[in-house]
Amino acid sequence: MIIQWFHKFGGGLCAPIDASAGREQLEKRVNVKKLVSAVSMVAASALVLSACGSGDSGDSNAEDFLGCMVSDSGGWDDQSFNQSGKEGLENAVKNLGIEEKDAESQGDADFKPNVDNMIQAGCNLTFGVGFLLEDAIQEAAEANTDLNFALIDSTFSDADGKPVTLDNAKPLVFNTAEAAYLAGYVAAATSESGKVGTFGGIQIPSVTIFMDGFADGVKKFNEENKKNVKLLGWNKEKQDGSFSGDFENQGQGQALTKQLISQGADVVMPVAGPVGLGAAAAAKEAKDVKLVWVDSDGYESTEYGDIILTSVVKQIANAVEDTVAEAQKDNFSSEPYVGTLENEGVGLAPYHDFDDKVPEDVKKKVEELKKQIIDGSLTVESESTPK
Amino acid sequence: MTTDISPAAPSATPPPSAEAEPDREPNLLQDILSGSWLVSVLAIVVALLLGGVLIAVSNAEVVAAAANIVAAPGMFFSTLFSTVGEAYSALFRGAIFDWDARTTERAIRPLTESLVSGTPLILTGLGIALAFRSGLFNIGGQGQVILGATIAGFLGYALHLPPVVHMLIAAIGGIIGGAIWAGIAGVLKARTGANEVIVTIMLNSIAGYLLGYLLKQSWFTHTDSANPQSRSLDDSAQMFLLLPSPFRLHFGFIIAILATIFVWWLLERSTIGFEFKAVGANPHAARTAGISVSKVTILVMIVAGALAGLGGAAQVLGTEYKLTGGISGSIGFDAITVALLGRSKPLGTFFAGLLFGAFKAGGYLMQSQTGTPIDIVLVVQSVIVLLIAAPPLVRSIFRLPTPVLKRKEA
Repeated sequence: MIIQWFHKFGGGLCAPIDASAGREQLEKRVNVKKLVSAVSMVAASALVLSACGSGDSGDSNAEDFLGCMVSDSGGWDDQSFNQSGKEGLENAVKNLGIEEKDAESQGDADFKPNVDNMIQAGCNLTFGVGFLLEDAIQEAAEANTDLNFALIDSTFSDADGKPVTLDNAKPLVFNTAEAAYLAGYVAAATSESGKVGTFGGIQIPSVTIFMDGFADGVKKFNEENKKNVKLLGWNKEKQDGSFSGDFENQGQGQALTKQLISQGADVVMPVAGPVGLGAAAAAKEAKDVKLVWVDSDGYESTEYGDIILTSVVKQIANAVEDTVAEAQKDNFSSEPYVGTLENEGVGLAPYHDFDDKVPEDVKKKVEELKKQIIDGSLTVESESTPK
Repeated sequence: MTTDISPAAPSATPPPSAEAEPDREPNLLQDILSGSWLVSVLAIVVALLLGGVLIAVSNAEVVAAAANIVAAPGMFFSTLFSTVGEAYSALFRGAIFDWDARTTERAIRPLTESLVSGTPLILTGLGIALAFRSGLFNIGGQGQVILGATIAGFLGYALHLPPVVHMLIAAIGGIIGGAIWAGIAGVLKARTGANEVIVTIMLNSIAGYLLGYLLKQSWFTHTDSANPQSRSLDDSAQMFLLLPSPFRLHFGFIIAILATIFVWWLLERSTIGFEFKAVGANPHAARTAGISVSKVTILVMIVAGALAGLGGAAQVLGTEYKLTGGISGSIGFDAITVALLGRSKPLGTFFAGLLFGAFKAGGYLMQSQTGTPIDIVLVVQSVIVLLIAAPPLVRSIFRLPTPVLKRKEA
């Protein structure tokens, strides 16, 4: 910026170079080195290794579609959105025959370089997972208008937090409040102690939206049945409640759940990715405490199926696969994808082991509420609803 | 620079010289710091070899070829070498020079990316190294980086000042933030004798949660966004780029060079630096010589924290332009490794910071192009530390003489 003459300098250098010639030279030089003593032999062979490897970046056929994904610091095995997103990409590889590349970030400083590498690798469509990647994806989308991008679980906004739309970047967001509403209703209906609980990982919109929906579902049950089931751990009006502080510390999840149980809660919904496993351990230890899992169907994804009443499912994998399919057919639109009950982007998982313990009239009522939400006669409101 | 200030020999063989204190306890820190540069280099080589083994083991093709090793040994070795070679070649291309890149700019960009990643590591590493030289285990780099980044970032979007002035004020804010945070540990150590290791570690957690709390307060973040992140910095507060836009190399790297020179001057040429080293070498002797150990302890921590805070400021003002909960990444902890690898010498720390910056930058390309797990880079780094912390291990692997013998010969 300040050193303007560098522009000239840099611009003049911008010519394609003959890469293979350079590599040959390097190999030759290294071969000479191979003759020396033991220690330098080690060093030299390391150099040979590094010199004779071949990158695979240039080989890809122009017709091949390359779908890429960059995680946030949770990594691909976070039992939450990174994992679901990756699953979607893998399904796309299987079902749509695309190629994929992925990069795990270990910290916030990794986002921009990782996204940049995807652009360099020639990714047609690059996904960023989580709101932390918003800036990296937004910058990349603005600088590379010929490539497509998508952001999972967050929309794009400017410095003031006002939403913005980009022509080549699609936000994939989920109105999980709708499904959590149903879960709240079921939880309240099946609670014997008259108290249900919830806690989150970090107080961010994609977490509190579950808790808002859950709170309203409990409220709905109370109104309809003249009951007074209490919700612990979240106050929707004040937007304040219990949070474990991160998406990693299972011990904290266990401690918070024990607290909720000791206050009388017998249904708990942890909204904290893998921290929920700590909650499950605490619930298992206590007698007759049920869990509402989130993101995936916990009956299948965890080993705590026997205490999982139901799950608030967020179909990230499907949304990712659909977005890839669209882009592959040259049909990409930057129109936000909002997962709802209507398009089955969010939903309530089956009751599995609790199927015969949930009363028929409750099941019927849940189906009815679901219909009402879908046809619009009932709206679930949350401050965090994606707009 | 030689190991002039660390007269301690490995605990097993007390130095025969007359100046040696008879009651001197074996000092792990001094033992680590007195190792030769050769041990550092060999540690890196061993770590890379071990990393190669892990790359091979984590690769499905190599494992498949290994199952067939009896039938087709040649196949196994060619797969093995091509896999490991590809991974390390990608690491090299991501860190130094990318001969597969499409444009010249892109080909030379990796080197500048290594410098970008290295900048906060060098600054924070210098802070850790300075404390090491004065006999203090400053494990609080992380907290000092967070505080530095927090204050620098806040000043960067809360104030609106002309360019350069704004950046300098924000950077000074970062220096002060880090200095205060480390100063707390220094005062506690000097006044009450509280162990600086424990205090600085605890301060790391406090800093992390403090930032987490602040990012939820709209008066602090200056944005309506409900996500825990701040407003973006004003352009005037950003550290200006040294090269035009596709490059990210920024003024922070110049600051890192200046800081390296400053720490060298402080330790080798200034009176106060002599006192720092004297206290580090032997606090009892320093006290007898009339040096106020508690004053030095506080001062060392303040200067160390200021450097680490500057590292945090460089991160937020130079590359991230925004405060998030993870702004510090693992800089504070990587910097400890950097300081150890650099033998706590300013120049050594500088180059160790560059090496780790190169690992970081190269790791991105290695992961995205060859699918090698990024954790391999972490393992390589960790093995380097492990070997450096145990110089006798490296010496026995390579059958090197012990440093005492070497010194006698010299």
